[in-house]
Amino acid sequence: MRTKSLCLLFGALILLLAAGPVSAKDLKVGFIYVTPIGDAGYSYMHDQGRQAVEAMVGVDTSYVEAVQEGPDAERVLRNMARKGFDLIFATSYGYMDSVIKVAKQFPEIIFMHFSGFKRAENVGTYFGRIYQARYLTGIAAGKMTTSNVLGYVAAYPIPEVIRGINAFTLGARSVNPEVQVRVVWTKSWYDPATEKEAAKSLIDVGADVIAQHADSPAPQEAAQESGVYSIGYNSDMSSFAPDSHLTAAIWKYQNLYRDIVKQVKNDTWKSTDIWAGLDENVVGIAPFGPMVDTETAELVTAKKEAIAAGDLQVFSGPIRDQDGELRVEKGEAMSDEELLGMTWFVENVVGTTQ
Amino acid sequence: MLQLRKRPTPLGWSAPLVFVTAVVLSLAVSALLLRLQGQPAWEGLAVFFQSGFGSTWALEDTLNKAVPLFLCSLGVAVAFKLQIWNIGAEGQFALGAVGATWAALYFSFLPWFFLLPLMLLSATIAGGIWGLIPALLKLYMRANEIITTLMLNYIGILILEFLVYGSWKDRASFGFPMTPVFESGAVIARIGRTNLHYGLLLCLAIGLAMALVLAYTRFGYELKASGENPRAGRYAHIPYKKLVILVLVISGALAGWAGFVETSATLNRLQPSVMAGYGYTAIVVAWLARLNPLGIALFSFLLAGMLVGVEGMQLELQIPAAFGKIMEGLILLTVLSGQFFRNYRFARR
Repeated sequence: MRTKSLCLLFGALILLLAAGPVSAKDLKVGFIYVTPIGDAGYSYMHDQGRQAVEAMVGVDTSYVEAVQEGPDAERVLRNMARKGFDLIFATSYGYMDSVIKVAKQFPEIIFMHFSGFKRAENVGTYFGRIYQARYLTGIAAGKMTTSNVLGYVAAYPIPEVIRGINAFTLGARSVNPEVQVRVVWTKSWYDPATEKEAAKSLIDVGADVIAQHADSPAPQEAAQESGVYSIGYNSDMSSFAPDSHLTAAIWKYQNLYRDIVKQVKNDTWKSTDIWAGLDENVVGIAPFGPMVDTETAELVTAKKEAIAAGDLQVFSGPIRDQDGELRVEKGEAMSDEELLGMTWFVENVVGTTQ
Repeated sequence: MLQLRKRPTPLGWSAPLVFVTAVVLSLAVSALLLRLQGQPAWEGLAVFFQSGFGSTWALEDTLNKAVPLFLCSLGVAVAFKLQIWNIGAEGQFALGAVGATWAALYFSFLPWFFLLPLMLLSATIAGGIWGLIPALLKLYMRANEIITTLMLNYIGILILEFLVYGSWKDRASFGFPMTPVFESGAVIARIGRTNLHYGLLLCLAIGLAMALVLAYTRFGYELKASGENPRAGRYAHIPYKKLVILVLVISGALAGWAGFVETSATLNRLQPSVMAGYGYTAIVVAWLARLNPLGIALFSFLLAGMLVGVEGMQLELQIPAAFGKIMEGLILLTVLSGQFFRNYRFARR
């Protein structure tokens, strides 16, 4: 009697197991964000990318938000690795050392680090040429300003941010040589209160277009309240500043993330450095606000096509720095290495890189 | 009608019961909140415990996170015993990190058995000085230490930022504010094949020493006597000034140790994100533990487990990071208010 019921039980178990999912194991993809996802900004856009990946067949995703770049990052990464994630996206520069450390402990797991420069057998890096989009927004700002003072709320004086400010300035200069770009540092990726104060201080010194490189739409809100124009960053921020939002330099991580996940699924992934731009639709600009005239809109669109086609290089000479010294000769363009290590401002920028 | 009455003697053996009730209550509220968010409540709590305390890895992570909390909190508690309200552990922590980094950068050629003690020493001195300043201000300028220690936090953090943004910045960091990675001699090693580091042993040693000093030495007695009744202390010729200086320097030095351990063992370099608010959490821990070293160890561990466990909830159930903060707040609130019932009770009129 007893043996019979045991046999029945086993039989049932085997049936259950056989009836389980036949498809291969789902790919588990983890994301770690430096700020809360919120409803706009940097981590929000990365999370849009994550959702695009989640929608793929046979892929499962999860994330941890608001993880400080430090000891916490290492712990979160290690926990993801232990919990069986196959592919982990670390979406902030400051995670670099932690990624390399944890990747060494888990050689079978693939790590992708955003905006860094350290790679390993199982660590690749990816980034986008957002400076191309910033150049385009600079053109719009240079056209729309009347005071010829543009304000720029920026997080840290690191090459990525400096490059963005320079591209924005070159864009504005290309249509308005008189223009001046004033920079204020917030020394934080996410600090809405400080970002707003910084924007207000720029408006107080005469800036009538506010651009930004931080995570929240606070600078846009300050511009809206003061009745001046603004340029968003990361995501389309027009809902936060409908009367002020000219356009925005935006990220389109969806394509990038989908491609990487596909490579990992097909076992074709190799550790490389990805730096894609307008040509691969990884960056772009938000739709123009109603205040932007058609002439400006058409000019920006034309330049966008030129960059995407490779006919126009943002950092091509002659480029002078703040002291008037010629840094890039006429007819030359800066190399990727030079761009990645950029620590000086072009002329027409008011501010220091310290 | 219910009326509040003071207990003739504080609650004795059933005090742990009050604590457990408080924790259960806060977890029940957390579960309810999870439910309201449409999340599975019990599974959420299970994940929370599992990721904070439920495996060897979780315990390692939790212990590592508890180390800086314990050191800061022990320091704060020593000052609180004398009723000196040192709110400045955060700044003292920053100075300790700066002191240790100074030694690590300028004496990087030394082998670890010279370099690590040197880093510990310079962290002690730097943190100690950050405790000494408010002590002197209190004794000779009658400045309230709550204000001065709090203000010195900002100055301490700014000094740290000034250095990592300035002369200590790594040339290879692409402009990011961080020092170069320390030489291996300046890094506190891992214990065996675990992820734990030897900072934990430092905690054990100093915790034990402090418990003995407080319980059995004249200094411990004077601290307690002067703290509970400064006037009586003065009648008994207990040197109050000396004690104030001593406790604030010890307090600062211990927070400085935490800064040293955190920079050396977990970050391996100095960067602004080393400031994770341990100095403030330490005050809560000290109060939860009622200034008792053993209790501080226990509560540092529990609180660290909570911080780690909440990350697991995020990962498994995609609960927002802010929910973790709500849960922490709930637990602290109920436990602290539960302590009220050690001395009071409700009685029928």
